[in-house]
Amino acid sequence: MLNVHNLTGGYQHPIVKDVSFEVKPGQILGILGPNGSGKSTLLKMVSGLLSSSQGTVEIDGKPIQDYRPKELARKMAVLPQLPPQSFGMTVKEAVSLGRYPHQQGLFSSWKTADEEAVMEAMQITQVVPYALQEITTLSGGEQQRVFVAQALAQQAELLLLDEPTNHLDIAHQKQLLDTLKTHVQMHQTAVVIVFHDINLASLYCDHLLLLEKGRVSAYGEPHQVVDKATLEDVYATRLDVAPHPVEPKPQMTLLPEDSEAAGSIVRAADIQVLDDVVLLHTERPMRVVSSAVLNPGFGWYRTLVNRQVEPTYNVNDVASEVKEFAVSRGWIPTETVMQLTAVATRGAVIREYEAPFGSVVILVTAGVGNALDVSRAHEVQTLPAIGTINTWILVNGHMSDEAFIEAMMTATEAKTKALAEEQVLDCRTQTLATGTPTDSLVVAATQSGEALPYGGPITELGKLIGKGVVDCTRQAIRHYRDAQREE
Amino acid sequence: MTKRKVGWVASILLLLASVWLGISVGAVQIPLSTIWGGSEDATATTIVWNIRMPRVFLAALVGAALAVAGAAFQALLKNPLADPYTLGVSSGASVGAVATIFFGISLPVIGMYTLPLLSMIGAITTLLIVVSFARMIDRSLRMETIILTGIITSSFFGAMISLMIALTGEELRQIIGWLLGSVALRTWAHVQMIAPFVLIAGAWLLVRVRDLNALQLGEDRAHHLGVNVSRVKNEVLIAGSMLTGAAVAVSGTIGFVGLVVPHMVRQLFGADNRHVLPLSMINGATLLILCDLVARTIIEPTELPIGVMTAFIGAPVFAWIFFRQRRKGVK
Repeated sequence: MLNVHNLTGGYQHPIVKDVSFEVKPGQILGILGPNGSGKSTLLKMVSGLLSSSQGTVEIDGKPIQDYRPKELARKMAVLPQLPPQSFGMTVKEAVSLGRYPHQQGLFSSWKTADEEAVMEAMQITQVVPYALQEITTLSGGEQQRVFVAQALAQQAELLLLDEPTNHLDIAHQKQLLDTLKTHVQMHQTAVVIVFHDINLASLYCDHLLLLEKGRVSAYGEPHQVVDKATLEDVYATRLDVAPHPVEPKPQMTLLPEDSEAAGSIVRAADIQVLDDVVLLHTERPMRVVSSAVLNPGFGWYRTLVNRQVEPTYNVNDVASEVKEFAVSRGWIPTETVMQLTAVATRGAVIREYEAPFGSVVILVTAGVGNALDVSRAHEVQTLPAIGTINTWILVNGHMSDEAFIEAMMTATEAKTKALAEEQVLDCRTQTLATGTPTDSLVVAATQSGEALPYGGPITELGKLIGKGVVDCTRQAIRHYRDAQREE
Repeated sequence: MTKRKVGWVASILLLLASVWLGISVGAVQIPLSTIWGGSEDATATTIVWNIRMPRVFLAALVGAALAVAGAAFQALLKNPLADPYTLGVSSGASVGAVATIFFGISLPVIGMYTLPLLSMIGAITTLLIVVSFARMIDRSLRMETIILTGIITSSFFGAMISLMIALTGEELRQIIGWLLGSVALRTWAHVQMIAPFVLIAGAWLLVRVRDLNALQLGEDRAHHLGVNVSRVKNEVLIAGSMLTGAAVAVSGTIGFVGLVVPHMVRQLFGADNRHVLPLSMINGATLLILCDLVARTIIEPTELPIGVMTAFIGAPVFAWIFFRQRRKGVK
């Protein structure tokens, strides 16, 4: 569809240098780059507004300068960066101008096809309610949509858009890009969009082209272009790239310069053991990965809670109950990670381990009444939901994602080992138990101090976790058994 | 839609009514029947055919020419204050016309068309100077830039005309009367002199209305919509200058017609040039016929220059548009 070969050009001096790319029908190409990298200039050259000094721009194999103006406008529609002045025009009049290239001769009439194209474009962009209003009476976002409608009414096979989401709030950004995406899939349109927002580009584009000082710095699928090293180099700033939580697309996050400020150190003494909860409040949020009931997964939290509930606890609507409980105790729900257990909080084992990099605090509450052998768990339909081993591993150090995952593996292996050492059996099979049906683990790190890239047994961190979890779990099991005997 | 239809019908009826008034009202009241009835009254017939009719037709042609030229300039420059007078194009045309009269120039072959031709050349030269100078200052051709450039040009050409007047002895009164803008004492020869230019250039602009609609969004946008921008721009500038030159050649500098009429039309019937241009033509003709009627009857037997009438209406409207546009900018 669109082929750009070794394009060079600009104003007095070349701004775009030796740029090549192609866009096939049904594809969206995003053009990215810092301010002044030549994004808009490149788009002007591709749209024929600016002539090139070298290289070619071809649509369907024919150089754009060989097209007649109207012929070119039927092939290619362009959305300008700013809504143009409209001089008292109404929305419908402006959208109707999109049919200009389809009207032949001096007195060509307005055909049904023209009216249909205009109505469809106005419906897609949701500007029908304003059809008879003057454009100048609309908000910036509405005006933007009017000119998107105008470009769509052109029914061109190639769409060029210069920062179409500027001046739009996030809902309208999403709406506009969703609209475009649907349009592209329905009509197999080829689209080139200049983007300021790397994350939006990554989400919506099939391919990305990253410009640096007029040259192509990276060109490929989003995961090839939205790369930490490449972006840090081109934008000369600190950032990080992580996968989108839902879509298989990378997302960029800026790293503020003071993000490494010294954090407080977590001590065993900071953990409060109250009647119904074991509680830790920290000054600065900790990075936490957990299988807790409230706020599981990765996140940043200041309050960790291991809460004792009655064995009769109604588990139908746990999510809202735990939130309400947090609020009733004055904890901010979005800052709190909460585990549940039926074991008495007084049975919690809390120990602190010194290490060369800092220290690790481990907390375990264990109830092994329903301990099971995971290899035989498939033999039973329903398992009891109570009787839990809850573990906290609090690390004074800066852990990577790998370190978190390895720490969880190490901790799980250590827990299993502790159960074996204590000869905890699956009461149904009489084999060695590996855990309980509802064990929960919290790994939290202060993210200040020494960098801890790994958490397996080969590292200092892994060794401490292994030893600490076995010790604490064994002790917690003994507490549990003592308490059972007393009853 | 219906509003526009009403606009068309009302505009045409108004034009017919003003033609009738223009012919029958004056120092001597003449019933319209004289025109086709073949009245026994020879004086009345003479007044109608040799004095009133050419005058009314000339006023209509001049009004139509200035109004449609103004509408086209406004769409092209996206500037509601652009008209032949405010852009200084009328002054440029005047220089051409005054020079023709002052030096008694009569080019071979074209003979009587020398006056409108040189006037048009003056107009187009001025327009090119104004637009390219303004574009040098700022590419977006903001309203203030255009208007100031128009003032600079007008002042300069005004001085040139004053110089020519100062140097002349006998032609003084003719030139001054003509400068203030008037359609008095015009004959069928004058109508004949400009009619072809007004008709050709007017039709030319009407053919370009859809291109002008696209150009109202700016040249880049028009380019992307498939308009051959440079060609259309040149055509509109040439046609607009032809109309201005032709009008100025026979009636002098009549101000503000090209400003007031398109503005009113746009206010009432919207900005679609397919209607703005033809409706401006019709109503421009009507306005000038009526202004001339008032100018020659209001303080009989003295005749006011028609330019005085249009300026009385035009200047406040100019101020009003400028005020509104600037306030919009401030907001």
